Amino acid sequence: MSSIKDFASHFFVTGDPLIYGADVSIVLVSLAIVFVLTYYKKWGWLWREWLTTVDHKKIGIMYMIAALLMLFRGGVDALLMRMQLAWPNVHFLKSEHYNEIFTTHGTIMILFMAMPLIFAMMNIAVPLQIGARDVAYPYLNAISFWLFFFGAMLLNLSFVIGGSPNSGWTAYPPLSGLEFNPGPGENFYLLSLSISGIGSLATGINFLVTILKMRAPGMKLMYMPLFTWSVLATCIIIIIAFPVLTVALALLFIDRLAGAHFFTMAAGGNPMMYINLFWIWGHPEVYIVVLPAFGIFSEVVATFSKKTAFGYKSMVASMMLISVISYFTWLHHFFTMGAGADVNTFFAISTMMIGIPTGVKIFNWMFTMYRGRIRLTLPMLWTISFIPCFAIGGATGVMLAVAPADYQYHNSYFLIAHFHQVLIGGVVFGMIAGMYYWWPKMFGFKLDERLGRWAFWFWQIGFYVCFMPQYALGFMGMTRRIYTYPDGLGWGPLNFVSTVGAFLMGVGFIFQVWQIVYSIKYGERDLTGDPWDGRTLEWSIPSPAPHYNFAVIPHVKGPDAWWTMKQEMKKEAAVKVDPAEIKPIHMPKNSGRPFIMSVFFFIAGFGLTFNWIWMGVFGLAGVAICLLLRSFEYDTDYYIPVDEVKRTEAALGRL
Amino acid sequence: MSMTVDDVVSRSGDHGHHDHHDHDQEGMKILGFWIFLVSDCLLFATLFATFLVLRTHTAGGPTGKELFEIPGFTAETFALLTSSFTSGLAVMEMRRGNVKRLIGWLIVTALLGLVFVGLEIDEFVKMVSEGATMQRSAFLSAFFTLVGTHGCHVTLGLFWMTAIMFQLARYGINAVTQRKVFIACLYWHFLDVVWVFLFTVVYLMGVM
Ligand code: HEM
Ligand SMILES: [Cu+2]
Repeated sequence: MSSIKDFASHFFVTGDPLIYGADVSIVLVSLAIVFVLTYYKKWGWLWREWLTTVDHKKIGIMYMIAALLMLFRGGVDALLMRMQLAWPNVHFLKSEHYNEIFTTHGTIMILFMAMPLIFAMMNIAVPLQIGARDVAYPYLNAISFWLFFFGAMLLNLSFVIGGSPNSGWTAYPPLSGLEFNPGPGENFYLLSLSISGIGSLATGINFLVTILKMRAPGMKLMYMPLFTWSVLATCIIIIIAFPVLTVALALLFIDRLAGAHFFTMAAGGNPMMYINLFWIWGHPEVYIVVLPAFGIFSEVVATFSKKTAFGYKSMVASMMLISVISYFTWLHHFFTMGAGADVNTFFAISTMMIGIPTGVKIFNWMFTMYRGRIRLTLPMLWTISFIPCFAIGGATGVMLAVAPADYQYHNSYFLIAHFHQVLIGGVVFGMIAGMYYWWPKMFGFKLDERLGRWAFWFWQIGFYVCFMPQYALGFMGMTRRIYTYPDGLGWGPLNFVSTVGAFLMGVGFIFQVWQIVYSIKYGERDLTGDPWDGRTLEWSIPSPAPHYNFAVIPHVKGPDAWWTMKQEMKKEAAVKVDPAEIKPIHMPKNSGRPFIMSVFFFIAGFGLTFNWIWMGVFGLAGVAICLLLRSFEYDTDYYIPVDEVKRTEAALGRL
Repeated sequence: MSMTVDDVVSRSGDHGHHDHHDHDQEGMKILGFWIFLVSDCLLFATLFATFLVLRTHTAGGPTGKELFEIPGFTAETFALLTSSFTSGLAVMEMRRGNVKRLIGWLIVTALLGLVFVGLEIDEFVKMVSEGATMQRSAFLSAFFTLVGTHGCHVTLGLFWMTAIMFQLARYGINAVTQRKVFIACLYWHFLDVVWVFLFTVVYLMGVM
């Protein structure tokens, strides 16, 4: 009996009211979900329509929902931190708890919010933009999603079971090594990132092949929409960067599980090796998340200025250039760690060089707007607000790249302000713009503009109120990752202002939730499929798209394919489908195995987190069996008959 | 490699699809696998880099020179290189359309792979029994991880090849099984190339 009690008190995190609150809410939410699904008899629907789906559009929607939930979780973490820092000498969170929160906040925001939100936009838009019926490997696509999902669950579980990781989202050893960090926290971090990392790598390969091989006839590379180009560049970076992260995490895990000495202080280990490997992935990761946002801005600016994107070729070239240079800058994350002047100089210069292609892009967006017929819709508002934000963030980035000066503000709040400015101003604004832009395509209705504007202004004002004071705090000597500070340093007022700003952004988020709920009921329905008078192929089909996307694959003759088609004939004529051209459509079958296999991954990850080898082996054996079953499966696709396609298209008014 | 992507694709006509993009579905899978190999290459490159950094960090423990036995790793090399050759023969038989011989060569390949894995396990066991474990020094951690990762890849390849043999016996040679054999052999050659680097960087440089 007492041993059970003993086990439970180690297993569950105890002694903190916040965590008991989380326990209760997790149980309540789970019960509520089970109840609603049972009451409305929705289990079958959930399984057939969503959990087993291989349709890229549905997978994209699931990515988006999961990512928004993670934005909420990461946002709550942020607010807790800002509350703790609002005044000097606050004792709202214990120091240990603060460490856990900044770690999970950073990890979740980058890997379980930004990444999946990007994958959401990729899944929703890329196949439609290139006139394809699916991605190259739909089954693998489902696996990617579920691996991300269960990886994220694993990390979130650490809050109530076992304890959260606490050595920062970078998990530098030796602090994250076994000697200084026993307990399961860091294992949660390592295993959840590894599991979702497999999925990210698969997504990179999947979309690269999709873009290279599945474009509609006639669509040359140089006719591709800029968002598709940005995804292509992103995929290349993913494929080259993620294996390095996999190795870094695996080696740290081997250190922790098997007592090896890669990164320990004893027996010849070298912690710097980890730091190098981490940032060889980590810096390109920044571009993995920001390039698709650039792609979205390019689409939005062109559509709402009614012009072709200015300097298309230079846009493409600058993206490819960024994807190359981003590999030669990683060391700027540790200028102060004693690499020597020559090495620091090399990386300082390469870092500053990234500013050049980025600057080119900013000017291209502005020239696209110049003399355009601008419509200030929500996606456009977010795009315009991004430009000054990113310009400031870029300027402070160049300041950080000056190696000698970095000795002054390394790991200070100046850095915190800088990277939030580019991550929020670039990635989050971009993804929100993309969400508003493609929402009608996903769901068939527009989001309410009025509530959206309220959200916009709360976010914008909140952003500057929150992060501008932090630049100053950095210069005043406030370092990152401190959980409280004494009176009399003069940091109090600025911190208070910053906290107010954070809460304003929180209000903005609430407005967005309200906006979505409100628009489900009252949002303007999109009956045309082309609510924005768009330029690319996704707007040529109905909203939401039928599951085969295109009844007849379009022939592309130039850039801005859909715009050209509309110019050539009347819009009503352009959307019509010629029934004679409809052929049976080849589609992949749904499968529950990606979901089940990811559950096994989760089981393995959970077991290894607690060093329960038997459970790890059990989980991995389950994964192996799933792989084997797939290998022996030959009946994986089917044909939609012509009649059914005709019926669907007729119902949509397209025949 | 005696077969190109186009080869495989052009022989997939018997698959019986008529929609234009289905034709290159098998080819697309091969392309995806090539890209996967690129990422796997980077995985090994990272492990090699780690090994090179930690090679001299023996912390007073045994060095490569004391541990590596030339006959042992030479035999391993021999088994793996030969198996790469026999897997090439298997693909050749596949092009001729001879299932029996194809399976035969695959069995020979797998057996040689098995010999390789056996020798490697034997080497590891010997080292561990002499106290040269991965907990002893950073050098040994890097050694076991790098060589072990390659060994795991080979083991996985063995299971994979076995699964494909069963499928060949059941379905014969068609576009799908052809693509599977082709990819598995590609993987096998890749592991061979990685081993050549391992052999040079870890073993030869170790005993020198
Ligand atoms: C929405 C408003 C946000 C607020 C108010 C906020 C606030 C904070 C605060 C207070 C810290 C801790 C600073 C410290 O004590 O060292 C932090 C760290 C961090 N944040 Fe945010 N954040 C927000 C959004 C984001 C987003 C969107 C991302 C990424 C896409 C992000 C990524 C990070 C990272 C990587 C860290 C570093 C964690 C570490 O030191 O290990 N944050 N944030
Ligand atoms: Cu960087």
